[in-house]
Amino acid sequence: MDYERILSRTAQEIKPSGIRKFFDLLGDMKDVIALTVGQPDFVTPWHIRVSAIESLEKGKTYYTSNSGTLELRTEIAAYTARRFGLTYDPKDEIIVTVGGSEAIDIAMRAIVNPSDEVIVPQPSFVCYGPIASLAGGTPVFLETREKDCFKLTPEALRAAITPKTKLLVLPFPNNPTGAIMTAEDLEGIAEILRGTDIMVLSDEIYCELTYGREHVSIASLDGMRERTVIVNGFSKTYAMTGWRMGYTLAPREISKQMLKIHQYAIMCAPTASQFAALEALRNGDEDVAMMRAEYNRRRRYLVGGLRGMGIDCFQPEGAFYVYPNISRFGLSSEEFCQKLLYEGGVAIVPGTAFGDCGEGFARISYAYSVEHIAKALDRIEKFIGTL
Amino acid sequence: MNELLKLLENDARLSPETLALMLDKETGDIKKMIEEYEREGVIVGYHTMIDWDKTDREYVTAMIEIKITPQRDRGYDYIAQKIYNYPEVETLYLMSGGFDLAVFIKGRTMREVAFFVAQKLATLEDVVSTATHFVLRKYKDNNVVYGAVPVDERGNEF
Repeated sequence: MDYERILSRTAQEIKPSGIRKFFDLLGDMKDVIALTVGQPDFVTPWHIRVSAIESLEKGKTYYTSNSGTLELRTEIAAYTARRFGLTYDPKDEIIVTVGGSEAIDIAMRAIVNPSDEVIVPQPSFVCYGPIASLAGGTPVFLETREKDCFKLTPEALRAAITPKTKLLVLPFPNNPTGAIMTAEDLEGIAEILRGTDIMVLSDEIYCELTYGREHVSIASLDGMRERTVIVNGFSKTYAMTGWRMGYTLAPREISKQMLKIHQYAIMCAPTASQFAALEALRNGDEDVAMMRAEYNRRRRYLVGGLRGMGIDCFQPEGAFYVYPNISRFGLSSEEFCQKLLYEGGVAIVPGTAFGDCGEGFARISYAYSVEHIAKALDRIEKFIGTL
Repeated sequence: MNELLKLLENDARLSPETLALMLDKETGDIKKMIEEYEREGVIVGYHTMIDWDKTDREYVTAMIEIKITPQRDRGYDYIAQKIYNYPEVETLYLMSGGFDLAVFIKGRTMREVAFFVAQKLATLEDVVSTATHFVLRKYKDNNVVYGAVPVDERGNEF
């Protein structure tokens, strides 16, 4: 069959994830120290796992309501109020999704019309552009710069807005740069958006992993709640990636549209995972504090180690990545990472996996033990000595 | 600084340089703090955790509950000292509850341990009774799970 002619053109035009592509190189290579993964190395805390096991033992194996159990939505509302001073009605403004990714998908599909432009700051997580395209929109990539601490600046945003702009993606704390947006930074963005028809998709999946400064949601700024969909979830905060638990927070008019998409495509998030998430919100604060403290020590260690060997490195304030500038070695990001892999025995992800503007950078994950990072740093130091 | 102590408790091999980066301190300060902890007896030793079950060493571990009646003029410390001075005694705790002292010892055989209890512990004049329990398997010790070596199975998609 001539699949190319037959299959969806939109699907065919989507490029596979750049992280994936690089990782295929690794294949079965032996003796490689990887600093590539984008998920916690902690196992989900035991009390959270137990609550899911108990739900299975009690036979809670049914579908829940489409938007998730009311109990869980109520707990999400309480958490959001407590942490970010935001009020969402558990009844019709919160949807429990299959991870943050589904939340991004239903938000885009509920907001974007054909030929609408979706502004996606880059470098950023790989899914926004493809999902915007699948929703029929046109992604417009907007580069954030090292000299601006990889923040989205009002000037850059203003220049990117056209009459077709429908949605701004705000991916902060940022994967891969570790950049955050302070209340002041966000106010500059909000000022431009107030009074327009432009909506915001604020991906706050790393909101609990900031170091030194508390996360601020753009929805908490004057006039912004009405135009914002917050995407959040349990994966990074509670080391629950495999449970696939995320959620959206949005005004009921937007939630109503998103819920229909979620209803038909997903039905509901996995029930056992919902029970685990409930326990995480009720009794997980100490786990989060412990993991945050550990990430913070690794962050300092990794940044200090890289700088110590003369690699320029932006000071990340969130997530669990550092994003060193490797341009002075005179290799492209891909060349550098491939050479480091083949000759140095360390795997890191080229910045270009997160957008063309990632050229000259690489992402190093510190979701690894200090011992593991130390071994990798030793190898990296030897490797750059050969360049 | 409890954070430093907790890190060392978890991994005594962390170098002062590494600790300094992790804790945002100067290497010299970390060295000084560790020396001070050692001098004050806050840090009392460094050990390697070994799963002897994976070696050819033949040994048994026992936990012995001891009930005592301390004499008026000499409290628990006196009898405790008489017990912990035996090199066979690895660990000794004073306990609340149904018995007074918990003694952990390792021996080559159960017989050797039983003899030690009968001859050295049971005969002490303050000791009222002993009960010896042999350890069948060590699952977890000092936050470390014994057995299979963990493998990183995380997917690399994101």
